[in-house]
Amino acid sequence: MANLKKLIIEPLRKTNPVTVLVLGICSCLAVTAQLKPALVMGLSVTVVTALSNFIISLLRKGIPNRIRIIVQLVVVATLVILIDQFLKAFAYDVSKQLSVYVGLIITNCIIMGRLEAFALSHGPGESFLDGLGNGLGYSLILVIVAFFRELFGSGTLLGYQVIPQSFYEAGYQNNGLMILPPMALIVVGVIIWIQRTRNPEMQENNQN
Amino acid sequence: MEFFRLFIKSVFVDNMIFAYFLGMCSYLAVSKNVKTAFGLGIAVTFMLVVTIPLNYMLNKYVLEPGALAWLGDSFKDVDMSFLALIMFIAVIASGTQLVEMAVEKFAPALYNSLGIFLPLIAVNCAILGGALFMQQRDFASCWTATVYGAGSGIRWLLAIVGLAAIREKIAYSNIPPALRGVGITFIITGLMGIAFMSFMGIKL
Repeated sequence: MANLKKLIIEPLRKTNPVTVLVLGICSCLAVTAQLKPALVMGLSVTVVTALSNFIISLLRKGIPNRIRIIVQLVVVATLVILIDQFLKAFAYDVSKQLSVYVGLIITNCIIMGRLEAFALSHGPGESFLDGLGNGLGYSLILVIVAFFRELFGSGTLLGYQVIPQSFYEAGYQNNGLMILPPMALIVVGVIIWIQRTRNPEMQENNQN
Repeated sequence: MEFFRLFIKSVFVDNMIFAYFLGMCSYLAVSKNVKTAFGLGIAVTFMLVVTIPLNYMLNKYVLEPGALAWLGDSFKDVDMSFLALIMFIAVIASGTQLVEMAVEKFAPALYNSLGIFLPLIAVNCAILGGALFMQQRDFASCWTATVYGAGSGIRWLLAIVGLAAIREKIAYSNIPPALRGVGITFIITGLMGIAFMSFMGIKL
């Protein structure tokens, strides 16, 4: 039981897919200018990771080793198409905002990484939890980055005004730089910095 | 002239890596030295040039609403665009496999230097992203799409070689221990992105 709990908790901290393993960066940075698309994206990735881990783990004894990448891609692509159609039907404006990044979940390295590293050698139940944990770890970073970018970039959270009007009257201005794509990288860089300062055993010794 | 404009635009102005963050994973992982970075850059450019026209044809003649009209009148209303993702990734994955075999057979020296990167390219989002942007922008002809693919690839190559060069030099500087490795790479990439944004105002 403790072991199963670890599968979900660990990816949120010590083995976080984004800040520690540096996987799935592309989408993580592109959708984080606002909190809402980031939440939807995190949720979609969690669902796809958990389910594809589960399915591949069920199939793992039947997949020939040589063509496993293609089999994995087909499973993942099918799930992503489902998510894509679902978003188009029930959350059209968010799906417009996410544009190609929903499709790019297919090539999100977190998913392939977990399939290769975990699902191919573990049972379906464990794999499902592992996928869930990693998806949540990814969502966590996504939400943190989006929180700071939206708060400082446009003064809103989930579209609601958070910074009071009196601040603006006193001369406060939104930091337009936070909206621009490169700031996402710098925010993630700072998150990694803080995380590694608190856990010195994660630091890398080589210089570059 | 139009091709040249599109080429320059896709190399410098809408930069795939800094504005859309495509291919970021391998970009961060394989940029420790210039030589391997260059190899991967070439491989990505090559795959973009090969797969973008293929996917363009596929989109034009099979997937788009009404694209199957050439099969006969009864196919006029068929819309297969929901299959786009799975078809594109199938083309890319099998394309990588074919290119890998061809390179291994005909240019063993190149194969040895690219070796491990070739299979990795199937899951490089720059390639799938290129195909999806191609679909979204609705290029007029197959040639325009090819030029777009080549431009995107070269831009990716420039960016990764640039980062690798900076990272080689950074070995000599004294970075706070917690920021070493991944952390500083993120921040450098962010700064490079800001620098590349200076091209954005250019109208071509």
